[in-house]
Amino acid sequence: MSGSRTSSSVVSLLLAWALVGIPLAWGVAMTASNAMKLFQ
Amino acid sequence: MASNRIGSPGLLDRERIVAGPGFNRWLVPPAALCVHLAIGEVYAFSVFNIPMTRLLGVTKHAPGDWTNPDVTWIFSIAILFLGLSAAFAGSWLDRVGPRKAMVAAALCFGGGFIVAAIGVAMHNLAVVYLGYGVIGGCGLGIAYISPVKTLISWFPDRPGMATGLAIMGFGGGAMIGAPLSVWLMRHFATASGNGVAATFVALGVIYAAYMLIGAAIVRVPAPGWQPAGFVPARTNGLVTTETVHVDEALRTPQFYLLWLVLCLNVTAGIAVLSQASPMIQQMFHGRVSPVAAAGFVGLLSIFNMAGRFVWASASDWIGRKNTYAVFFLLGIVLYVLLPSTGRLGGVGLFVIVSGIILSMYGGGFATIPAYLRDVFGVRYVGAIHGRLLTAWAAAGVLGPLLISYLREYLLANGVAQADAYTLTLYIMAGLLFVGFLCNLAMRPVRAHHFVTTGDTEVGA
Repeated sequence: MSGSRTSSSVVSLLLAWALVGIPLAWGVAMTASNAMKLFQ
Repeated sequence: MASNRIGSPGLLDRERIVAGPGFNRWLVPPAALCVHLAIGEVYAFSVFNIPMTRLLGVTKHAPGDWTNPDVTWIFSIAILFLGLSAAFAGSWLDRVGPRKAMVAAALCFGGGFIVAAIGVAMHNLAVVYLGYGVIGGCGLGIAYISPVKTLISWFPDRPGMATGLAIMGFGGGAMIGAPLSVWLMRHFATASGNGVAATFVALGVIYAAYMLIGAAIVRVPAPGWQPAGFVPARTNGLVTTETVHVDEALRTPQFYLLWLVLCLNVTAGIAVLSQASPMIQQMFHGRVSPVAAAGFVGLLSIFNMAGRFVWASASDWIGRKNTYAVFFLLGIVLYVLLPSTGRLGGVGLFVIVSGIILSMYGGGFATIPAYLRDVFGVRYVGAIHGRLLTAWAAAGVLGPLLISYLREYLLANGVAQADAYTLTLYIMAGLLFVGFLCNLAMRPVRAHHFVTTGDTEVGA
């Protein structure tokens, strides 16, 4: 019982961080790729 | 008839979101980030400036179209109402808890976009000011401060890191908002319109939904909750375990010293941020194109965002006062060094020095909530933080004005363009020295300011 609770907690944690981490990583990657023009 | 509420608490009430045993506190930073990543869009609003001056002409400015100054006022009004709502809503937020505040913020921010879309469709500037500027601005202010106290309550062992994570989201939101807005405008553009109104509607819905997810996830700790193994430190130096009421905090010199500390740090940072693109092009004439300069500004925004997390986390180890001492002392050295970087090491060194300066600009925003927690206690930190953000609003208005008047004055007195940048940076270094003295003057709050009456509310 406590094992399933722990795994559901891990899943919610991963989902919550993915929800904010993926858009943020995308935004940083887009910005960094534009910034590279500075060094070309 | 008695008006006392009976029955179970409402969906948005603080009592409803008290975490049960086993709740993982690491779910709270993503909840806060949902809100801060959304409102960080405000820093990307400039992508609408040109399209909004071509609403009638579509491909070019036509008679009757709004001018650039007309449109830039939208951002200024939003920032003004951010400061005002943060100052006035802080006490309400402390009372109702984070979920109700986040929902209110989502409705204001999302609703502000919708009202602004109506204004764009009607080509009525006043409606756009009301929508994005006033209503959206109020959403910005409430959202900015809504997760701060909750995070500090969940992470008493690492308050700097926790608030740094959320406030990092505000820095990073523009990086998502800018490309998303451009993509949406392209998607909705037609031969007769550039898609601004439809983009505003889409952004209002997307951001409101995203913020509401954060409101659904957020929880407050149960009264008396502490992380396993955490032993609260006794009053130590500037760090207090006592409570100072928000109204009483305004009667302490510490509040005004911290107000100046934030204001001066932000003003100096804005000097670099607002001049970054022309400065690099003129200092490296012929070597840096306007497109590359735009990339440089983007790079600075990454430093600004990363600094929020890195410096605020570092402040948990070295202390808040020491962190600000580093901002001011290292800042003075770097501001003085920046004009010489062209001779010393070229573009690379200029970028690194500017990046560190911008990281400390962001770090100043992110470290201030934990500094307030140290000095005034946890209980009213949200409301006190809201009042202190007037320093940001003041710096946001005064900083660019001071810098542009200073430059005009120097150029009018025969100073060469490149030297005008140098002198401006030296004057900013002087402001940082004043900030250093204010930070140095920080002392613990005197005992007669502490709350002495019995007070049982400890939830975030």
